[in-house]
Amino acid sequence: MPTPAFIGRGNRRILDKVLIALLALSVVIILAILVVIIGNIVFHGVRQVTWEFITQPPREGLTAGGIMPAIVGTAALVLLMSVVAVPLGVATAVYLHEYTPAEGLHLAWARFRKSKGLPGRKRLFFRALSALLATITRSAVANLAGVPSIVFGLFGLGFFIQFIGRSIDRATQPVGETLWGQGSLLWAACTLALLTLPTVIVATEEALRTVPQDLREASLALGATRWETIRRIVLPGSLPGILTGAILGISRGAGEVAPILFTGAAYYLPFLPGDVTDQFMHLGYHVLILSTQSPDVEATKPILYGTVFVLLALTFLLNLTGVIIRMRTRSRLQR
Amino acid sequence: MTTMDFVSPTSVSSRMAGETTATKIEVRDFNFYYGDAKVLHGIDLDIPEKQVTAFIGPSGCGKSTFLRSINRMNDIIPGARVEGRIAVSGRDLYAPGVDVVALRRRIGMVFQKSNPFPKSIYENVAYGLRIGGENDKRTLDETVERSLQRAALWGEVKDRLNGSALSLSGGQQQRLCIARALAVDPEVLLMDEPASALDPIATQKIEELVYELKSNYTIVIVTHNMQQAARVSDRTAFFMLGKLVEYNETRAIFMTPKEKLTEDYITGRFG
Repeated sequence: MPTPAFIGRGNRRILDKVLIALLALSVVIILAILVVIIGNIVFHGVRQVTWEFITQPPREGLTAGGIMPAIVGTAALVLLMSVVAVPLGVATAVYLHEYTPAEGLHLAWARFRKSKGLPGRKRLFFRALSALLATITRSAVANLAGVPSIVFGLFGLGFFIQFIGRSIDRATQPVGETLWGQGSLLWAACTLALLTLPTVIVATEEALRTVPQDLREASLALGATRWETIRRIVLPGSLPGILTGAILGISRGAGEVAPILFTGAAYYLPFLPGDVTDQFMHLGYHVLILSTQSPDVEATKPILYGTVFVLLALTFLLNLTGVIIRMRTRSRLQR
Repeated sequence: MTTMDFVSPTSVSSRMAGETTATKIEVRDFNFYYGDAKVLHGIDLDIPEKQVTAFIGPSGCGKSTFLRSINRMNDIIPGARVEGRIAVSGRDLYAPGVDVVALRRRIGMVFQKSNPFPKSIYENVAYGLRIGGENDKRTLDETVERSLQRAALWGEVKDRLNGSALSLSGGQQQRLCIARALAVDPEVLLMDEPASALDPIATQKIEELVYELKSNYTIVIVTHNMQQAARVSDRTAFFMLGKLVEYNETRAIFMTPKEKLTEDYITGRFG
């Protein structure tokens, strides 16, 4: 009579095979979805992309012409957003990882409480305070990452345009004139930067973590200050990771439409933005407009495909640049 | 930086005196705490100038902690606290107002695991000078060459100074770290088990180097290897459970130890 253990073994083997098959199936499904989406867009979109399409503004109520202002607007927006988001994000991450207590809030607070009557208690108190600030910042960053992008759009409208913009206008413009208190490239970039910030912060902190503590100690032991150590050892060592994170964040931000809906994207503009206070056209927003507001759906369809293709290609190009930069810095740093 | 010149008049005069064994590092009733835990108990010892002093003892006896107290590397550890006095060239390291950054330039350190920066060989050695504001190419070139020569590495790397430091072998990397520490011309060189991760041949090179260097520097070396302590050091301090058990000339420690604990340890009865 076979032992129950033997029967169990046979069943487990079958179960194992079934599981592997299920896993393989899910991979195939994901690949298929990707191929269908990309394939469809490339197939219909690539023939729309002519020199004229890229260099001409839209004509005849968006049913003809090109998408040049949207390309330029997207590029300007992404550039400005990076200028805001990357330094702010990297600075925040450097503060969190290099300057706040590594032992965390719990331990720092416990150390402070146990230090009653000992010298250096004040230092331990400020250490615990700094750990508290770090904990608050980290959870704020984590929550920021979970906020729906349309909420960012509303926040941008309320905070940047209504509050900051209007305040600047009241202080600098003649009564009744509006320059800053309206949707513009600047406010859209700021709003989008907020959305990108968590990605940049998390990726930078991750990159800083990869720099061995040994190297920091070696630098300090040679008489370097904390900042000199960060500038000469820590930041160069984590640059590939920081760049990757920044570019991933930026390429995500480049395709977002919701945050710029109320903060500066324009339906149609016959001119290119010449100042940060100008409105602008945007590829993602243009896709939305073409697919919902067109007077002639059939005539718009090829343009729609072309626009999506260009947006996709730009995002892909951005990611590719990120990968190349990262590989080159990495090979330069490691022999 | 006002305390940049950490050299006091006493040290200059004793340097000129040459062979005499003036005290370089003076330690009086030194206690060290991690939070509540007392790790070092009332350490008293005098480390002579231009000699090699070895710290030996079982793992966790506090010898590395003590070594790192001499250039205040323990400052970066949360909850660390000291009492008592460590003076180098007659100047108290823990006195209020001491510039820790300037102090660390005068007291170099070589770590257990070689830790060259992911930069070129040249830039590794030049690092200390560059952060000190030195940018003159000639001065940098000269110092890099001199430091590499002192660390007995020049002949092996002179044709590839711009190559990555990470392409060197383990032993070469450790000698590069020694060259890097020497480049800022410290008075004292602290070595924390500098050869523990190296093979016997590389270890021998480091030991020969330590022997060479003592004509110019005061060296303190922590080691797990009793033979190494016997080979390279002039004086040996034996630590156990955070206390200094015995401190004497190396020959005396190994031939005629006064304490039973020391004898048991060096004969391998525990450790």
